[in-house]
Amino acid sequence: MNTVIAIDNVRKSFSTGFIPKKKEILKGISLKVEAGEIFGYLGPNGAGKTTTIKCVLGLIFPDEGRIELCGRPHLDPRAKERVGFLPENPYFYDYLTAREFLDFYGQLFEIEKAERDRRIVSLLHLVGMEKAAGLQLRKFSRGMLQRVGLAQALINEPELVILDEPLGGLDPIGRKEIRDIILRLREEGKTVFLCSHILQDIEMLCDHVAIIVGGRIMSQGRTSDLISEKVLFTEITVSGVEKSDLAPFGESLTAQGDRTLLKVFEEGKIQDVMDLVRRNGGRIHSLIPRTQTLEDIFVDMVKPQ
Amino acid sequence: MKIRTVQVIALNTFKEAIRDRILYLLLFFAAVAILFSRVLALLTVGDRIKIIKDVGLASISLFGALMAILIGTGLVYKEIEKRTIFTLISKPIRRHEFLLGKYFGLVLTLFVMLLCMSVIFLVLIFFHTWTVEWNLLVAIFAVFIELILITAVAVLFSCFSTPILSSLFALCFYLIGHFSWSLETLIKKARPGAGRTVLRVLDAVLPDLENFNLKTEVVHGLPISAAHVLYATAYGVVYAAFVLTLAVLIFRRRDFV
Repeated sequence: MNTVIAIDNVRKSFSTGFIPKKKEILKGISLKVEAGEIFGYLGPNGAGKTTTIKCVLGLIFPDEGRIELCGRPHLDPRAKERVGFLPENPYFYDYLTAREFLDFYGQLFEIEKAERDRRIVSLLHLVGMEKAAGLQLRKFSRGMLQRVGLAQALINEPELVILDEPLGGLDPIGRKEIRDIILRLREEGKTVFLCSHILQDIEMLCDHVAIIVGGRIMSQGRTSDLISEKVLFTEITVSGVEKSDLAPFGESLTAQGDRTLLKVFEEGKIQDVMDLVRRNGGRIHSLIPRTQTLEDIFVDMVKPQ
Repeated sequence: MKIRTVQVIALNTFKEAIRDRILYLLLFFAAVAILFSRVLALLTVGDRIKIIKDVGLASISLFGALMAILIGTGLVYKEIEKRTIFTLISKPIRRHEFLLGKYFGLVLTLFVMLLCMSVIFLVLIFFHTWTVEWNLLVAIFAVFIELILITAVAVLFSCFSTPILSSLFALCFYLIGHFSWSLETLIKKARPGAGRTVLRVLDAVLPDLENFNLKTEVVHGLPISAAHVLYATAYGVVYAAFVLTLAVLIFRRRDFV
């Protein structure tokens, strides 16, 4: 497999304040992203996610370390030709209309006029913005900017798409649509580098995950390897049974009306609960085994910091 | 360097500037100032047309410089502040192409604005003299060369400073440039020694924007030597190139946080 992004021991510090004080943001990051996968880059606020992306794109210069994009040094325009980027909270030229905006970026890639027009129409359709094509971006809502920003990132039909919080500021339908687009990009053989702190999205979409905390990569690997299939506990919602009768089986948490939510930690006791309910003529409303989620791993990792 | 990239960014910058309201405000006041020269002419004894020419050309130069400074100083800073530069630099363009694109976009804008002001001015003159005076165009061309230089200075400051500070710096450059000729008088009066050497160095380093001022020649109908126009053009272009090189050097290593 081809390595699309190779980051090797990158360090970056910034000096701030009147009397400059150095603060190290990236403390030796190493990463490898292979072609054709959705790579999740996860971390709490201020961990260095965006700083990493800025280093990769040449917006800032690392103090140390090497970065390669598609096998070339990352500042080489020939490498950048194959990359698409959607920044966090996208700000674009608000005096341009959506069509002019996409056309401008298309021209930077030296795409022919006819081809540009074709791509703009299909991209506006892809992100569901055909109706707003002639509208100035200053009149766009946050979600609309996000969509047109995604279209901008795809104008050069890139091999690698870097998305910084692409699902922020979107309504549930918008999130679903963008998620579908990301999955479609993978089907087309593109590599997606997805940066987010929304764990469910990463868990749902990504093949590989790297977790960055405090400027260091704490964990890296296949999503399925990171999340164990082991059942942590089972949540059972029952009614028609006294709360006190349920106490020996596990932790009874909440009672809503006559329903009680019970957390059972031992698998053997699940059958006992069901028997008890049946004897009392009660009902079981739900029975959900809870496995470890990315959130659990993430919280474990971030907590000690 | 890809000329095409510079061109695309320049055209986009032109679009940005032309859709900016401040430009039209300045153009409006420039028009008022040029037309006001007609009113001033009423108050003078003697050759009215001289006053119209003098005040008109001065207005064009001043408002042109204001346009260059007020738009130029925000040009690069705004891109960084509004983070539009993030998506741009992530595209296959080099940083100096971006900076030059911005610069030439503004130069194009100023050219169009200068054209508008000149039309108002020349029409006003035409209604008084019923002749077209070509040497007025030479004077306006000199103003354009001056604007090329001032724009470069504005862009340079915009690379590392806020628009307000940059505007102040660029305005100082404009004022110093127009009064630096008085240093020569001072040098003549100063006693030989260290003080005089310092003044000589200052005289060499500071810009001399009076090179671009052909008002006296035009107003009084004096001949304008081709050599002088050529010298002024070369002076402006070389100085602007030097300032832009400085700007590129600063901009090349900048982190966009």
